[in-house]
Amino acid sequence: TRDDVCFPFLNLAHAHFIFKMAAVQGGLVDAVEEKDIKTEPSSDGIGNNNANDGGPLSASPSSSASAGSNKSSAGAPEDQQTLLAVLQFLKKNKLTESVDILRREAGLPEDSLDLKGGDSSGAGSGGAAGSGDAAGGDASALLSRVTASTASSAAVAPTFSPTAAGEDQPDVNVVLSAYSQQGDPKLYPVYYSGLKRFIESVLDCHRAELSQVFYPLFVHMYLELVYNNYESEAKAFFEKYTGDQECYYEDDLRILSSLSKREHMRGNETLLDFRTSKFVLRISRDSYQLLKRHLQERQNNQIWNIIQEHLYIDIFDGMPRSKSQIDAMSGSLAGEGKREANKAKVYYGLLKEPEIELPLDDEDEEAENEEGKPKKKKPKKDSMGSKSKKQDPHAPSQTRIPLPELKDSDKLDKIMYMKEATKRIRLGPDNLPSICFYSFLNAYQGLTAVDFTDDSSLIAGGFADSTVRVWSVTPKKLRKVKSAADLNLIDKESDDVLERIMDEKTASESKILYGHSGPVYGISFSPDRNYLLSSSEDGTVRLWSLQTFTCLVGYKGHNYPVWDTHFSPHGYYFISGGHDRVARLWATDHYQPLRMFSGHLADITCTRFHPNSNYVATGSSDRTIRLWDVLNGNCVRIFTGHKGPIHALAFSPNGKFLASGATDGRVLLWDIGNGMMFGELKGHTDSIYSLRFSRDGEILASGSMDNTVRLWDALKAFDDLETDDFTAATGHVHLQDNSQELLLGTYVSKSTPVIHLHFTRRNLLLAAGSYNP
Amino acid sequence: MARRRFAEVSRESVKLMAESAGAELGDDVAALLAEDVCYRLREATQSSSQFMRHAKRRKLTVEDFNRALRWSNVEAVCGYGAQDALPFRPAKEGELFFIEDRDINLVELALATNIPKGCAETMVRVNVSYLDGKGNLEPQGTVPSAVQSLSDDLLKYYQQITRAILGEDPHLMKVALLDLQSNSKIAALLPYFVYVISGVKSVSHDLEQLNRLLHMVKSLVQNPYLYLGSYVRSLVSSVMYCILEPLAASINPLNDHWTLRDYAALLLTGLYHQILLSLQKVLSDPVRPLCSHYGAVVGSTLWGGRCAVERVLFPHLPAYWANLQAVLDDYSVSNAQVKADGHKVYGAILVAVERLLKMKALSQPADGGSSGQPGSAVGVVGYRVSSPGLSPPPEPLSEAALGIASHLQAGGAGCPWEEWTPVPLPAMYCELYSFFGDSLAVRFSTGPGFGSYPPCPPSQLGDARKEPCGPASNPDTARKMPQLTANLNISPRQDGSPRTDPPPPSLASTGPGRSLARSSSSSSSSSSVQRSKSSLSRSGQRPAGPSRDVFPKARFTSPQTGLPVFSFLIGGRQRGRRCKLPVIGRVGKPVRRWACSHYSLHLPL
Repeated sequence: TRDDVCFPFLNLAHAHFIFKMAAVQGGLVDAVEEKDIKTEPSSDGIGNNNANDGGPLSASPSSSASAGSNKSSAGAPEDQQTLLAVLQFLKKNKLTESVDILRREAGLPEDSLDLKGGDSSGAGSGGAAGSGDAAGGDASALLSRVTASTASSAAVAPTFSPTAAGEDQPDVNVVLSAYSQQGDPKLYPVYYSGLKRFIESVLDCHRAELSQVFYPLFVHMYLELVYNNYESEAKAFFEKYTGDQECYYEDDLRILSSLSKREHMRGNETLLDFRTSKFVLRISRDSYQLLKRHLQERQNNQIWNIIQEHLYIDIFDGMPRSKSQIDAMSGSLAGEGKREANKAKVYYGLLKEPEIELPLDDEDEEAENEEGKPKKKKPKKDSMGSKSKKQDPHAPSQTRIPLPELKDSDKLDKIMYMKEATKRIRLGPDNLPSICFYSFLNAYQGLTAVDFTDDSSLIAGGFADSTVRVWSVTPKKLRKVKSAADLNLIDKESDDVLERIMDEKTASESKILYGHSGPVYGISFSPDRNYLLSSSEDGTVRLWSLQTFTCLVGYKGHNYPVWDTHFSPHGYYFISGGHDRVARLWATDHYQPLRMFSGHLADITCTRFHPNSNYVATGSSDRTIRLWDVLNGNCVRIFTGHKGPIHALAFSPNGKFLASGATDGRVLLWDIGNGMMFGELKGHTDSIYSLRFSRDGEILASGSMDNTVRLWDALKAFDDLETDDFTAATGHVHLQDNSQELLLGTYVSKSTPVIHLHFTRRNLLLAAGSYNP
Repeated sequence: MARRRFAEVSRESVKLMAESAGAELGDDVAALLAEDVCYRLREATQSSSQFMRHAKRRKLTVEDFNRALRWSNVEAVCGYGAQDALPFRPAKEGELFFIEDRDINLVELALATNIPKGCAETMVRVNVSYLDGKGNLEPQGTVPSAVQSLSDDLLKYYQQITRAILGEDPHLMKVALLDLQSNSKIAALLPYFVYVISGVKSVSHDLEQLNRLLHMVKSLVQNPYLYLGSYVRSLVSSVMYCILEPLAASINPLNDHWTLRDYAALLLTGLYHQILLSLQKVLSDPVRPLCSHYGAVVGSTLWGGRCAVERVLFPHLPAYWANLQAVLDDYSVSNAQVKADGHKVYGAILVAVERLLKMKALSQPADGGSSGQPGSAVGVVGYRVSSPGLSPPPEPLSEAALGIASHLQAGGAGCPWEEWTPVPLPAMYCELYSFFGDSLAVRFSTGPGFGSYPPCPPSQLGDARKEPCGPASNPDTARKMPQLTANLNISPRQDGSPRTDPPPPSLASTGPGRSLARSSSSSSSSSSVQRSKSSLSRSGQRPAGPSRDVFPKARFTSPQTGLPVFSFLIGGRQRGRRCKLPVIGRVGKPVRRWACSHYSLHLPL
């Protein structure tokens, strides 16, 4: 009971918190559910992506404003055109709520609409009221405005969509309309093969670069043929040239080849993306000039048009890149990331650890070690004090993102962490970690996600049967808090109130959480072990209390399966991403997202918070990784180079590096500072589902469907990093194939795919997966 | 012809489905619909694979597909959610494939006394797999220290024997080895002997000693009372050492270490065959439980490789099949457990033979069959898919009579497999197809490329295997040789008469040269081919020459281009509102109208 004497304040506070939680349990859940059922009421007139809720993030008003301006500047007329068309389409299908939401989320400038619509004020206020009836009533008025504005904006900006000007009823067709221009389809193969011949005839150094043009050209020509109903020509064209394309586009080509009718193009999101986003190529100036000259000499307008309209050519000065350099970076759905996309400054440094007094630490240990002996008062030493050093120049300011105050329990946990850290094993090539494997047995329901708490005391599994199960890994059993009625009976002043509130009858090794209505694909513990997040196919993210083992909140916003979710390392915030291609940042006490990160062209498959909580990384099945600034919602990094959907991400503990694993079985290492790839770890033979750095970042562990855990020498990979200014400036990677040198070990499991990895605080590696005999 | 890499639903199938729903469709409408169905199907498959990936599985389930359908606002397909795969069977009588959907005897089920227990609770178990990055398993290849305390007699025996074998006296050595070969009471000493043998590494300079140790291995192997068990590994490593290492003794060119290596290699085959034999013994023992059979099948697949499957499993298959079929067809509740075991064995055999077929195909690209390279299969379209008739089961090799270690007696020359002759791929495929039907994932065309292969292995087969490749040699079955590639979209329309199949092209033309002389001299089998040729109507429109020119290039595409293929069928004209496909298993005559389509859904996994 010495503990209790030592922390009277802490106990009280904690107890109070729990009381509150237990008392409001029923009511709270109900209220939240109720809110969730309603669609998000439109909150502000700007209706920006970064709908700031007046939450903790509002501590930085200037940044939020800048985000707004940023977004609206991005809303080029062309995009708006698209949006309006989509709105029109939604209206046609009587999806009024979606219209409302889309309009709000896309930040369609209300004022521009107001200019056109006569009844703007009424509609505007109605929309803002957000009740279902009002929205329904307004819909027609609203949409008529949309139509009007569309027509006029089409007239205003004829350069962007020349054909749209002719139509008075814009439709999804507008989006595809650029394909409607006529050209002799018979000549497409001629054009293409002409270009091919040219590119094959140029000097070797240019050939690799110019060959990048093949794929986007091929796709656009094919789509154009399909769009113009030249079905057989399209098929012939595809058959003839599909073999020329790089193998890593195989998946996309497969989708493409299945498409042979104009009607099919409409519903196909992949293609709409291809059409609306420009394919990015990096080409040296010399090569580009060569291409341009050739096309102009040949009067090859068809190809030139496509290049102008659908390709973004990022021209750089200097030596053309080699084939291997190009291959390392390409492979994503929409080409490489633009160089300027990775120019923004990223504060990747770590936040300064809060100073924690350790007044009771020594006493504790003594009490444990030398029981009965009289305590000697040692001079109090502040173990944190020695650690506090100068602010990392790359670190964001401590308050850049408002973080929750540390509770006493958090401080206690930090102290525990420090203690454990002193017993940590230094890992290295000669000192590899031991591996413990947690096998899920009898998981007929299909294990889909696993997470450990940071202190490795709990393990949770998400299952395909919609359940979430939590196990205690330590001998300490899981107990619920007593019911509200019983809590009234206990003595709140007693020292062991924390013990007393727990219901001993409920003690068990595991608990099952019911609530989802679809497979649970993502799962994440809060750092303080009080909460658990789960994301599911049913489109919700749920927050569970690990004190009561009940659901506290269901966050609704993703209307499609949510593939992954991850708690911020500082708690409170979390990120989720799913099939709707939008990553959302939430705070646990807000039922609406604080930020929405949109830009991925396909499903977001995995999400991860940066150790300093200022950034989030998202991996997608468009084969790119994006890094987003939590503060303003901007995309600050785009990493391309994977050839398959990305399913695992891990930040190095110092925040400088990012590792990513994909279905292509490769792990890529990224330098966040300059946005460059600096390592490629080849070895796995199947999808990589988990990545984790050891606590000091010396070892990278990767777990895969091929039933192996592999350990990589991360330190060596970082050291080999050559950071001369030239490479950083040009953005060219020089990868050496040193996977074999970096591979420290391959550890095979027994028919158990490794779907989660975790380093304990002492650097023991835990792996988890379900046994599939 | 376009390369069909994807699912194609034929127009006929669409029309059939429409008819069963009571609508008549025109050809053009059906064609349009068929194309749209294909597209939607592919789209749904693409998106279902995403659910599979996120569920961290390798196997696409019906549930995944249904989720994809649901998210695209399409009604889900109900009734196929079972975890275990549904058996997909050919009907023997007709060219018909169906999913087995048996009646369940509810009464029996309800009154059954063995009520299955609920499924076990999901749990997490932890084990330290690798300590400090090293496996915590005992290091491989070591011999455990004394397993049991030895009696004084045994100890004495051990000392005497080792002394005799490693000693000077050749006669004594011979006696010792003979005793080692026949003594029935030395099981307890086995670890010690194995340990002694593992001493090869320390005497690598002494050729004589090495020789003796190897003889000791031979004696141990031949001792019928010894079960080598896990010591085989250690023995193998010792023998391998003699085979592979640059022995110290070989520095001196006078030393005849070559003989040693030969001898060691021979021993190794002895060990290999010993395992093969014991596998085969188990498999051919009907009294053994199914799990033992499973072990034997898996063992020969994974351990023995192609050779083992081909020699152990394949010849025994017809005999074994009958037993297995009986087990699988017994649907009574009391048989449930046995039946489940039977399915395991079935699955194992299936995997084994598929591997065998694949490897065989890859290993003889020059004279094997043709591949599923649709683009090049010019004249093949007219072929029809048919379920193969029952070919006369080849007689299993008669090896049972041979003793366990008899193969070593003649210095390796008496290997019982000496008389074994490889079965040609087409024949093997036909036979296997008759057992497995479309469950076989490996498909081969039996087009001209196949036909030109000698239908029967050379005459030395003789009596050991009468007509082992019946399907190829007999006109009736030759026609039924399955013709399954992605391109073969067979519809009833295309072949008004099912007998139009082109015969196997003449042997005299471009078949691999080696077959010619022998096959003409061989007895009935090849002449029956000749007859079959004449008896069949030739589809003359197909120029034989060019197609044959095309084939050699296209045979057996490399694995990365060979897409997984499966075929399915929408069958039966359904009157009224019966929603089930006709139950065909017990129908005497196959249903008249049907359409068969070939599918190759390639999923990005």
